[in-house]
Amino acid sequence: MEPLLAIQDLHAEYRTGRSVAHALNGVTLSIMPGEAFGLVGETGAGKTTTALCTMRLMPRDVGRITKGSVRFDGQTIVDMSKAKKRLVGKPKVPGLSEAKLTDLRGKEIAMIFQNPLTSLNPVYTIKDQIGLVYNAHEHLSKKDTRDKVAEILKTVGILPERMDDYPHQFSGGMRQRVGIAAAMALNPKLLIADEPTTALDVTIQAQILELMKKLQHQNASSLLMITHNLGIIAELCQRVAVMYAGTIVEMGAVRDVFTNPAHPYTVGLLGAIPSLTTKSDRLSYIPGNVVNSSMIPSGCPFHPRCAHCTEQCRKEQPPVTAVSAGHYAACWKGGHIDG
Amino acid sequence: MANETRAPLMEIRHLKEYFAIPNKGMLHAVDDISFTVNEGETLGLVGESGCGKSTVGNVVVRLLNPTDGEVLYRGENVFDAQKARSFELRKKIQLIFQDPYSSLNPSKTVYQTLAEAYLVHGEKRGPALDEKIRKLVARAGLEDYVLEKYPHELDGGRRQLVGIARCLSLDPEFIVCDEPVSALDVSIQAKIINLLMDMQKELGISYLFISHDLSVVKHISHRIAVMYLGQIVEIADKDEIFDNTLHPYSIALLSAVPKLEFDKASTRIVLKGDVPSPINPGEGCRFAQRCWMAREACAKSCPALQEVGPNHFVACHYYQESQARCAELLREQANGQKEESV
Repeated sequence: MEPLLAIQDLHAEYRTGRSVAHALNGVTLSIMPGEAFGLVGETGAGKTTTALCTMRLMPRDVGRITKGSVRFDGQTIVDMSKAKKRLVGKPKVPGLSEAKLTDLRGKEIAMIFQNPLTSLNPVYTIKDQIGLVYNAHEHLSKKDTRDKVAEILKTVGILPERMDDYPHQFSGGMRQRVGIAAAMALNPKLLIADEPTTALDVTIQAQILELMKKLQHQNASSLLMITHNLGIIAELCQRVAVMYAGTIVEMGAVRDVFTNPAHPYTVGLLGAIPSLTTKSDRLSYIPGNVVNSSMIPSGCPFHPRCAHCTEQCRKEQPPVTAVSAGHYAACWKGGHIDG
Repeated sequence: MANETRAPLMEIRHLKEYFAIPNKGMLHAVDDISFTVNEGETLGLVGESGCGKSTVGNVVVRLLNPTDGEVLYRGENVFDAQKARSFELRKKIQLIFQDPYSSLNPSKTVYQTLAEAYLVHGEKRGPALDEKIRKLVARAGLEDYVLEKYPHELDGGRRQLVGIARCLSLDPEFIVCDEPVSALDVSIQAKIINLLMDMQKELGISYLFISHDLSVVKHISHRIAVMYLGQIVEIADKDEIFDNTLHPYSIALLSAVPKLEFDKASTRIVLKGDVPSPINPGEGCRFAQRCWMAREACAKSCPALQEVGPNHFVACHYYQESQARCAELLREQANGQKEESV
């Protein structure tokens, strides 16, 4: 089966003033049709940048893709190997034209954002905002739009009578439902959810997760779930990639990665989370700090914080090796970190 | 439990904190809360945003004066203390803030921040003070060089460690930790939690640990109190509250946390709707609107906190039935899902 989304060796950077932040340093992943894929990592690991690159939504002035390609459903969103050198002006991004991208965004790939308050426009009613999706892609009449909005609001559990309300009249959980409704409006093939529940309380988070599970099941769409909460990944996703310093350090089926982690960073991350089900006196923690993306260390980017670091780790970037079928890790120890 | 033999260090009695909201009425942020914290003990306070956890913390450290009720520190009501005594008490009762980005003065170096508490409490500048501060910084697991730095030069984890060092400077006996790790990344969070637990072992400090993260609270606490809309709905020893949960809200709250488990049938009870407004709450049980086992009586009278087992208090009219009803509900859910997939 062809993957729905294929990201190949993607590099991206942000330039601000004199400093360059290397946000992505060779990300390769693919998502199958109907698959729920999780992306975990700490602040600054490059999770959100990966999502933005897939839709080519990097802030134009500071961010750019420098290498690699993104393919979605037979279309090339970006392919830097086809880039031509231009002597004057900004380099053109090789890939889909802006017009085609606009068609794609919201219809084939849709995104749910972290903060439902800032991702909704405060001066438009939610009918206007969800209706915008229908207007842009399907050119429906006013009445048809209204009916469609009522329908999608019902599926996310909001009374259609409330469609003429403004975002501030809704609670945080309800706003996120509105965000989900807008994203699901045209039944996209790929749904990207960027920390959709981080700003919400646990009982509301539970409501949203159950809703997303139900909708994904019904529509058989693919999901790219970005979060730092490993529990959400375990619950929602089939496969997971662990990101660190703009690279994927480990990838595989959720169960394999979480029960049999191969990369020291994954091991550390799992050990640092207090568990509700098991007892332990002390948490293990990863020494040092999250890497600064404008000063990525040589060799393996995790080596300054790694307990198993060797001379080789300091000098050379580790290749991605298979630990077991479908389970990969980028570590010189190749999953044998006990010895 | 050996709790009876230990005298409570902190006793909170019938604490109420109301805020008047113009044109709307009274916001019952904290409504008649009582609990104790023993010496060397950690009491975890969990609940969703807006349930009044932080208000409780702020009243205990006397950043807010209560509408009604008492806070007793070793039997002494802190709100009766006159100026000089209150000054002494503030040394003993300290607070760690949630956000290490906004709780440190940006125009002071770490040294100045840490020295401030000593100077306020009458220490003189000099090598003796320098030595004290260096020890303090080492205790919090920080390197010496941070003393010269300004907060913006430090990362979030180090900033929170500075906050902890500042709080330790006056040898407190009781610390209110208000969401001390929720602004930090997991790998850093674990380090802070370990430090707090080590400090307790070595210095015998008691904590009121406020958090919405149940797994963190479970890890660090001896006893746990669950709050909902300004009231404590269940309070018990840690293991008791997780193994023998009785209040329907606690059951739903615990079930809502996504867990790192596989092959287990869903045991989640999803609450409907949002937390209602704490402005002018009605007569009945605060949780009745969202409760999955509410009956008529629940809307009429508010259940009081009653002891249902050793050290286990629950505020629910029908707590005896909750576990059976929960099992029933989950069975129905499972059947419903089966039918759907067929």
